[in-house]
Amino acid sequence: MKSFSDRILGKRSSADDAKERLRLLLVHDRTTLPPGKMEALRDELISVISRHIEVDRANVQIEMTQDGRSQRLLADIPLKTVVRRGE
Amino acid sequence: MSGKVITITSGKGGVGKTTASANIGAALADLGYKVVCIDADIGLRNLDVVMGLENRIVYDLVDVVEGRCKLRQAMIRDKRLNELYLIPAAQTRDKSAVSPADMRRVCDELRKEHDYIVIDSPAGIERGFQNAIAPADQVIIVTNPEVSAVRDADRIIGMVEAEEKGPAQLVINRINLEMVERGDMLAAADVLELLAVDLIGLVPDDQDVIVSTNRGTPIALDNKSRTGEAFRNIARRITGEDDVPFVAMENSNGFLGRISKLIRSGN
Ligand SMILES: Nc1ncnc2c1ncn2[C@@H]1O[C@H](COP(=O)(O)OP(=O)(O)OP(=O)(O)O)[C@@H](O)[C@H]1O
Ligand SMILES: [Mg+2]
Repeated sequence: MKSFSDRILGKRSSADDAKERLRLLLVHDRTTLPPGKMEALRDELISVISRHIEVDRANVQIEMTQDGRSQRLLADIPLKTVVRRGE
Repeated sequence: MSGKVITITSGKGGVGKTTASANIGAALADLGYKVVCIDADIGLRNLDVVMGLENRIVYDLVDVVEGRCKLRQAMIRDKRLNELYLIPAAQTRDKSAVSPADMRRVCDELRKEHDYIVIDSPAGIERGFQNAIAPADQVIIVTNPEVSAVRDADRIIGMVEAEEKGPAQLVINRINLEMVERGDMLAAADVLELLAVDLIGLVPDDQDVIVSTNRGTPIALDNKSRTGEAFRNIARRITGEDDVPFVAMENSNGFLGRISKLIRSGN
């Protein structure tokens, strides 16, 4: 949600900063995962999944999202396309 | 009669719980209800001074719990409102002098003859908080539109839910509309969106709160005050009245539009 001054000046207000910081903060406060551990989780997830299927590592996206007062871990894991050669 | 116990609490200290307790208690009594306010902040009593009753304290909550006096003897009647009482906290003891079971017992006794019991909780997540919410039928969380207060409110809302005392209701206190309009203060709509909780009150930041506290007369009893009206409106919502307007935003179009949308969507 943009504030009025934000809209005319095209500038991010301090309230916008506060909101964005809180959004991230609350998501992590509500779970047992500290923000600094997201990278580690991402790497481990990739390595587990890679054992079974080939993953497009560079484009994996993992994020915490809020749905009311409950949290959701969303993982978008693109797979590598296998080029099948003729039989 | 079976009165309702309303606990006013917060995560961060100093956000306005005691101010809200005194004003909501006074406003409910002014509407004609029988009200008892309990100061559950053992060791740091304050509700007595905000209500202007500090000179009449003889017994306190710990005296009641430890059997040194009858409940009735610890209830100080308000100077202005006949059906408003205060049970003060002990000043020389700590929170362990009272247990959640004690609070339930005291409130069960009070429920028989009063419509509302308003409990002023200490800040934080320890014994004092457990005591204050144990008897609660409804929990009101006070916060300020500011990063650390909102963060701590979230923590408390989670604890209230975990204790099965939810859903908690939110009072956003000390809103400065000028700052909101220039984008330097979180708008109420933003706070509600982040905390995903029901709203029960929006209270402006107002120097007159300090003036009324100096005098020991809750601002809710000043019929000309907009801030007083904000507290009176909280009391009306507590009594179940629908469609009570949110006065804190009456001066701001953009803000009003955003917040009324949120309220209508039945957040
Ligand atoms: N709406 C307001 N506008 C201006 N000042 C306010 C407002 N609400 C509270 N205050 C002031 O803020 C200070 C803290 O308020 P209060 O004592 O009610 O907070 P509290 O949450 O009970 O604090 P504690 O956690 O220490 O018990 C007081 O000086 C009070 O007068
Ligand atoms: Mg207090």
